[in-house]
Amino acid sequence: MNYENEEFFAPGHGMCAGCAAPIIVKWILKWAGPNTIVANATGCLEVATTAYPRTSWRVPWIHVAFENAAAAASGVEAATRAKGEKLNIIAFGGDGGTVDIGFQALSGMVERGHDVLYVLYDNEAYMNTGIQRSGSTPWGAWTTTSKVGSANPIGKLRPKKPISMIIAAHNAPYVATANPAMFQDFKKKVQKALNTPGAKFLHVISSCTTGWRHDPSKTVEIMRLATDTGIFPLYEIENGDIENMRITYKPKKFKPVEEYLKPQGRFRHLLKNPEYVKKLQEDVDAWWAKYGHHYHP
Amino acid sequence: MELITRGAVITEPGNAVENKTGSWRVFKPVINYEKCIRCMICWQYCPEPSILKLEDEKTKKDTPAPKEALKKLPVVQIDYDYCKGCGICANECPVKAIDFVMEER
Repeated sequence: MNYENEEFFAPGHGMCAGCAAPIIVKWILKWAGPNTIVANATGCLEVATTAYPRTSWRVPWIHVAFENAAAAASGVEAATRAKGEKLNIIAFGGDGGTVDIGFQALSGMVERGHDVLYVLYDNEAYMNTGIQRSGSTPWGAWTTTSKVGSANPIGKLRPKKPISMIIAAHNAPYVATANPAMFQDFKKKVQKALNTPGAKFLHVISSCTTGWRHDPSKTVEIMRLATDTGIFPLYEIENGDIENMRITYKPKKFKPVEEYLKPQGRFRHLLKNPEYVKKLQEDVDAWWAKYGHHYHP
Repeated sequence: MELITRGAVITEPGNAVENKTGSWRVFKPVINYEKCIRCMICWQYCPEPSILKLEDEKTKKDTPAPKEALKKLPVVQIDYDYCKGCGICANECPVKAIDFVMEER
């Protein structure tokens, strides 16, 4: 069945104008269809879509706490299995609820092999509580806890945690990075994940107009630039076989990283020093030098 | 409705539609049907979602289109009850068929 013309995610939620997370959620629900149960970690998505007594969700939905979306989803999956029902169990978590606070629950879920699709919508900081740095915040980003000033002109001093590689190292059946701006690639990966038994992990970039400090209308454009500059590469890894990972999209010609930095206020300070931009460009080039041969058109 | 449900369970799926978030809007997208090629990209990227896809034959035929052949395709329509005016649709439209104008109330 094709449910692309149905909406399982209702309007009237409190997500910011220009937030990318609802785009991700509405499409994953369309591709999953009505036989779906969602577990949600604490975060913008949970808070803003279920302000009591109202909800945007038209599928059964559960929230327990910040750290245990994966554990709650594991329990739901075990229960449906015990009852002999075959449903799509999907967990949604932000980067705080996934790479930091919810990490051990996620690791356990993947190790136990629950038949769950875990979706990380990665807006690269704790946006819901006011833009604090997370393990997923990239090097050089301004946040309210990686402030930029004379003592620290860079912002966050540590690189982003390679969460997809970490989950792949659990030998998860399917791990992929995705970008809603590269729509067909995103669709293919969600459908592939839904059709793979076992624990699946999707790492989806999700622009945050508030925390990335950009015009709300630029959301999709900036996410597209993240991949076209090579900063957010799109790949998939099956059964933990990192050696044979597949890069699924490679821009014909990479755009310089400045194009991604320029429209975002969180990176504005980096543009003042060509050394910082150069460092970021070198990091991107190094990634592609190391993994670029995994692209087979 | 009782004051608070047991376990704070919400029993009516999708009742967020009672929140008319269109009141948030400062700028308003307006579709210019003379230019719209009905590619559905705005519908695809609307985060609310507040862009409707209309598929009935009458709307498809009666809505203006730049080419007669396009009238076979579904029509997009903005639901201003919910549109928060983010402008993603106007920004992503490949033929610039969506004007983004100041909201007047």
